[in-house]
Amino acid sequence: MYRNLTIKQKQIVWAWAFLALPVLFYSVIRFYPTGNAMLISFQDWNLLGTRTWTGLDNYTTLLSDPVFWQVFRNTFIYLLLGTPVSLVVAFGIAYHLDKVRFMHGFLRMLYFLPFMTSAVAMAWVWRWFYQPVPVGLFNNALASIGIPQINFLNSTTNALPAILAPAVWAGLGFQVIIFMAGLRAIPRSYYEAARIDGVSTWTVLWEITLPLLRPTIVFLVVFSSIGFLRIFDHVFNMTTNNPGGPLNSTKPLVLMIYQTAFSSFDMGYAAAQTVVLFIVLLLVSLFQLWIMRDR
Amino acid sequence: MAVTEEIRPNADALLHAAPPRRPANLGQILRWTLLFLGGIAMVMPIAYMISTSLKWPHEVYNLQLIPDEPHLENYTYVLEDGRFYGWFINSIVIAVVTTVSNVLFDSLVGYTLCKFRFPGRYIVFIAILSTLMIPTEMLVIPWYLMSQQLGWLDTYWGIMFPGLMTAFGTFLMKQFFETVPDDFIEAARIDGLNELQIWWTVAMPLVKPALAALAIFVFLGNWTAFIWPLIVTNSVEMYTLPVGLSSFGDEADVAWELIMTGAAISTIPTLVVFLIFQRYIIQGVVMAGLKG
Repeated sequence: MYRNLTIKQKQIVWAWAFLALPVLFYSVIRFYPTGNAMLISFQDWNLLGTRTWTGLDNYTTLLSDPVFWQVFRNTFIYLLLGTPVSLVVAFGIAYHLDKVRFMHGFLRMLYFLPFMTSAVAMAWVWRWFYQPVPVGLFNNALASIGIPQINFLNSTTNALPAILAPAVWAGLGFQVIIFMAGLRAIPRSYYEAARIDGVSTWTVLWEITLPLLRPTIVFLVVFSSIGFLRIFDHVFNMTTNNPGGPLNSTKPLVLMIYQTAFSSFDMGYAAAQTVVLFIVLLLVSLFQLWIMRDR
Repeated sequence: MAVTEEIRPNADALLHAAPPRRPANLGQILRWTLLFLGGIAMVMPIAYMISTSLKWPHEVYNLQLIPDEPHLENYTYVLEDGRFYGWFINSIVIAVVTTVSNVLFDSLVGYTLCKFRFPGRYIVFIAILSTLMIPTEMLVIPWYLMSQQLGWLDTYWGIMFPGLMTAFGTFLMKQFFETVPDDFIEAARIDGLNELQIWWTVAMPLVKPALAALAIFVFLGNWTAFIWPLIVTNSVEMYTLPVGLSSFGDEADVAWELIMTGAAISTIPTLVVFLIFQRYIIQGVVMAGLKG
């Protein structure tokens, strides 16, 4: 039967034969769960009992839950601190590293290495650094030069930045590499023209480099924002004794979802939180693409 | 500005077009020194992790980077414990199987969407693309329920199944198959190869750099994956390295040199892979970051 088909029809048969398993995979492992998560968000279900339809109850509970608003605020602090700090630092490093040739590959390697580490392993290292005297490296260093101790992870004000630091640190190498690829793609003739015209370095940076780097910047802003909005590994592993603590001051949305679903087993409520996370990610990405669009 | 459209960064530019040599002046020396010090600061956490894993307990709390009497006792202790060794094997199996699956299926789907014309092509393309917008965290609850009903909790399959194919990998591969000329495929067809042979023997060898980039990304992603393995595993034997490491809990009774040894064991393999394949990995990061 196959022999009687035209070449075009054979192509169609092959294409669907290749796609059969993947289409099944995406339907069962991606689309069905997406619909299911939305469905569960309208139900009350503790995993053992029956699923009962509750309409918008989970969402109204969420909006009147003070912990949710605290968590929402934390999540945006991670985003609003993490993204600008890491992008500015990464650009600074990339801009200067691009102008250096001596041991260029070695320097690039030093900046990139943290990207290859696992968040859980490094959370332990940073957690050790942050311990009070006599354990922690930072406080020991401070003590040895006579500066008072800093309470990192047990303080409601210091804990969030202390957890954000390793997250920024681990992602920096990736951003530096992407920025350098962007810088290298700018044709040298632009810079030569500017030099002949006697334009200052500062003006070249603002008028040539940054505008031409726009696609790179847009990509990195959106990519790193999504990363910070979904922060979990670092927080969970640096506050193991009391995840998200002290007093919920470091708890991001994903950690709240995890605890609601797998500590309290309140599946409906957790599903509603995941839908909110989805909407937040979508709105933030669209907003950034709109802000940074080509005018 | 119309010109911004054309200037897209690319991986080749990063590796080949080095800037012209500048005369060494004071500014340049200062620039290099600051970059060097910054780079050293960047690797300090890794250096302290490895250094502490080679120390005796009484040395752990001093700031010295080079241990007085470096030794491997911590490693033998941690690995003889058995649990860590098991987690290491679990992580390897899961990362390798997931990587192989992604390299095969993502490239097959990417190839099909790129080189075949068939009804439904556009819908499949948009459907897979749209899954990129759905965060994993939204899917973990339904995945957990599914695993519970089908008996997948606490199994290798349960840990791996969500990551066997990725939309990101599919689009990366689709982009790269665009660079394979249709004439090559047409010629192979005339030679009497079937479509499966054409994909495997003609198209795949032409996109090897992209396959390498994809493999590295998928492997690293699964080696360090945390939230889903944490949810789906219950028994200590089924933990992956990150979940196992995370389970060491309370700071009060932590033996920091042993924790650092565990952290080093889960970090050193990826660092070694990086040091060997540095060039390909950096190229791969740029390709994956910008085309995916």
